[in-house]
Amino acid sequence: MSNFRIALCGNPNTGKSTLFNALTGLKQHTGNWAGKTVEMKKGVYTYKNDQYEIVDLPGTYSLYSNSLDEEIARDFIVFGNPDITIVILDATALERNLNLALQVLEMTNRVIICINLIDEAEKLGININEKLLMRRLGVPVIKISARNKTGIPMLLDTVSRVISGVIQCTPFQIEYDEETERKIKILEPMIDRIVGHDISARWLSLRLLDGDRQLFEQIEERKARNREVLINGATFHKTKTGIK
Amino acid sequence: MGLSKKISLFEGEKGNIIKITDLNIDGIMRRRLLDLGFVPGAYVEVLRKSPLGDPVAFRVSNTSIALRKEESHKILGELV
Repeated sequence: MSNFRIALCGNPNTGKSTLFNALTGLKQHTGNWAGKTVEMKKGVYTYKNDQYEIVDLPGTYSLYSNSLDEEIARDFIVFGNPDITIVILDATALERNLNLALQVLEMTNRVIICINLIDEAEKLGININEKLLMRRLGVPVIKISARNKTGIPMLLDTVSRVISGVIQCTPFQIEYDEETERKIKILEPMIDRIVGHDISARWLSLRLLDGDRQLFEQIEERKARNREVLINGATFHKTKTGIK
Repeated sequence: MGLSKKISLFEGEKGNIIKITDLNIDGIMRRRLLDLGFVPGAYVEVLRKSPLGDPVAFRVSNTSIALRKEESHKILGELV
């Protein structure tokens, strides 16, 4: 029996919470994260003897930190160490929703795309070729209807198979213009050396080129905090909290 | 259609469809508009104007979004 952590993100009103409730049943409870005013909901479900903690992130159109809820969602995906991130897309507005999906694919390589409201889409005559999407995006794409609870078993099975490594993801990466790509090549190895493998060096390079100073100050802060814990940890923290 | 002339989204009349060519906005607002679907190449329909003419509602990638004049007059496109 193992514990895994899932992040659930998507545009507002795509049915994140409906899926969250369908998965967790009545076990959900809400919790405020340190110093934040916007809530993330957290719940637990078990599947094949493993326990999954699922975190329902605020609904956002983007993860570039234009607002507090975007920042919370982004920080959890980047710093919260989820074993997998599920991106929920609205089947009736894929074009708009894929913007967020592409951003997440740049940030992490453990992603599942979940196309919700598939029943609504069918009513509108929209047919989604998930196999083609899967090939193009390089990650599993599952069609579900959280409301009618269709596609959920497939989703749960895919989650466990991605986490165990049976399914390998190779997320599609947007190729930028020559100049940007050249700069990424210079930055990537340096960032990799400083920050380590936990966060995608390509994504960080892009954020750096975009001038996202705040993100790097945050990384600095987190690194300093980790060092502190390790120093103190030797004396008294280590027994209480499992330090990675 | 002939030579298409560039107009701003703000100048569009109700029912017009405009193909976006330029976004003359920088910073966070530019990012925000791009996230909402106001990207070069996108088709935007002018849905309706409020009584005083500002803001104006647009349909962009299947959703209606209203913009103030401050933003909509800086987004340029061609009438389709």
